[in-house]
Amino acid sequence: MLNRLLSHDLPRNRVLALVLLVILLALALTPFLFPGTKALNVAAKIIVFILLAASFDLLLGYTGIVSFAQTMFFGIGAYGVAIASSMIGPTWGALALGIVVALVVSLALSLLIGLFSLRVKAIFFAMITLAVASAFLTLASQLSDFTGGEDGLTFKVPEALRPGTEYLNGTPLGASVDGRFATYYLLFFVALALVLMLLRIVNSPFGRVLQAIRENDFRAEAIGYRTVVYRTIASVLSALFATLAGVLLALWLRYNGPDTTLSFEIMLDVLLIVVIGGMGTVYGAVIGGVLLVLAQNYLQDLMKLGASAVEGIPVVAQLVSPDRWLLWLGILFVLSVYYFPSGVVGRLRAMRRGGPAP
Amino acid sequence: MSTTTTAAATPAQAAAAIPKARFDGLPIALVVLLALAALPLIGSPSTWVTLTVAGLAMGMIIFIIASGLTLVFGLMDVLNFGHGVFIALGAYLATSVFAAMSGWTTAPELWRGLVPIFATMFVAMLLASAVGWAFERVLIRPVYGQHLKQILITMGGMIIGEELIKVIWGATPITIEMPEALRGVVTLFGDAAVEKFRLLATVVGVLVLVAMLFTLNRTKLGLLIRAGVQDREMVESLGYRIRRLFVGVFVAGSALAGLGGALWGIYQHGVLPQIGAQVNVLIFIVIIIGGLGSTTGCLIGALLVGLMANYTGFLAPKVAMFSNIGLMVAILLWRPQGLYPVANR
Repeated sequence: MLNRLLSHDLPRNRVLALVLLVILLALALTPFLFPGTKALNVAAKIIVFILLAASFDLLLGYTGIVSFAQTMFFGIGAYGVAIASSMIGPTWGALALGIVVALVVSLALSLLIGLFSLRVKAIFFAMITLAVASAFLTLASQLSDFTGGEDGLTFKVPEALRPGTEYLNGTPLGASVDGRFATYYLLFFVALALVLMLLRIVNSPFGRVLQAIRENDFRAEAIGYRTVVYRTIASVLSALFATLAGVLLALWLRYNGPDTTLSFEIMLDVLLIVVIGGMGTVYGAVIGGVLLVLAQNYLQDLMKLGASAVEGIPVVAQLVSPDRWLLWLGILFVLSVYYFPSGVVGRLRAMRRGGPAP
Repeated sequence: MSTTTTAAATPAQAAAAIPKARFDGLPIALVVLLALAALPLIGSPSTWVTLTVAGLAMGMIIFIIASGLTLVFGLMDVLNFGHGVFIALGAYLATSVFAAMSGWTTAPELWRGLVPIFATMFVAMLLASAVGWAFERVLIRPVYGQHLKQILITMGGMIIGEELIKVIWGATPITIEMPEALRGVVTLFGDAAVEKFRLLATVVGVLVLVAMLFTLNRTKLGLLIRAGVQDREMVESLGYRIRRLFVGVFVAGSALAGLGGALWGIYQHGVLPQIGAQVNVLIFIVIIIGGLGSTTGCLIGALLVGLMANYTGFLAPKVAMFSNIGLMVAILLWRPQGLYPVANR
């Protein structure tokens, strides 16, 4: 049963399995274990970023293509929900319409970019997606009548998901069962299903072809697989999953703006998650996502402590100042590309075999 | 060196006769065509002159920045996503130099206004080349021949570089005060107002272009670089150390990016930490348009992008950024490998 659910791609390491189990349980029980708005927000963000990073891993880790447009599709999903909800009203119908339109737009756009640039050279794809994504960001912040411009859009979600909706009186088991609670579990189960679906995709025969293309595209082509078609399908699938991640984020925040979903910083975050967690392993996205979002929210507090310890020393104080957390993650990123390209997950799996890291 | 140049002069002239017959002038005509097509849309000729000069100035600055990147890619198949670091470094050094030379920047005489600008350019080139050397040594050397890792590593270098810049100069935007003597405009053809600094940037750009064309076409070093772009293995098998050549080109490319970044910062009247990432997008568009690895293509691409940005910025500001993408798509539909495809790619 479990084997089928995980598509026969088990963690293959005790520590990894334990960590994943802890993450799953912690996320499943966050409303009960960690009361407070901040903890719930962090957990919801972790869920969304795990899904987003897993969708990106399909491209980067499994197919070996670097795309910088993942946040564009993320943003399309979030804007789809935001625009539909604020234009039509907070109904389930509007939500569904927004999601469908966003998926169609993502499909068309990713197909277009893929067919256009994957044909030539993989490196083209990286540059073209970077250019298109930055143009899209500019477009989203310029079309202020439609997208709310720089300020973004604040909108209402359907009645059942609003924080004001109480399902149970009082706080049984230490959590208030309201619309927020319902939204959290909606996010949790949708993301869980989608991540399992991604696991299914990468472990299917189709996923094998993608990995073959990553290892040696010339040979894959020679065996008879049309690499352009496979690459394009992979990029379209990845875009669709990213769109759904955007939908989830918008539902949680009840807000969307260029900085929340489209900015280049988020693209870098996703890159960091996938590389540090482990490219080519969906579990890497889970580990990396938890690490990065926790670092974003709590490392700064830790660094504040460090900064107060070395206060007065000019350069060192600057280096450990809480605003510079990205510097340390950047260094970690470079080191992981060099020394353990398969990330935390690859490292753990190699330990089990007792051999050197791949 | 002098003996080699005189010795090489005659064969070079003889050789120049052959490619000239095949030289592809269509892309150059495209630049002229774009400029002429914009004239009726804009209407007033004086505005057109202002915008065209602004576009050429912007194009020359972009060319200075992008030329190093395209050569590095052409020579070694290394795509440096961290090129933006050198741009940002140059721009931030400009703020420091200007701050240090405030006595000069406020002087009304032209020559005293030029001193801080040239000092900035010098400092930016010097430090950017030093950082470029270290960047190549530490980050790029271990990942030769691995595209995926190169993209990731140079991107990581970009993150670290940007953060270090924030450590040194702070994360808030810094404005650059144009030297007193270079403020204001020069009036050309009766009533077309052209900013003085834009003229200066164009002149610097042309100087860099001439120096680069001379090096590439009239020296043995340039011959080796061009040969390396065409066919790296052949040059290597003839006994030249292409790695060393590559380091040289990388350092020179970084220096040019620093120079261009300094000019860009002054041109924009200020810098912010994201400047590198922003300009990076622009120069990627330029080198894709021009054809990866081609210097001529890079120049044409930069001019097209610069002109396009200024024309659309005037005609329809909302779509200015989109126009570059449109330009890129149109050109790739026409020539999928860019304007001047480099052989063997």
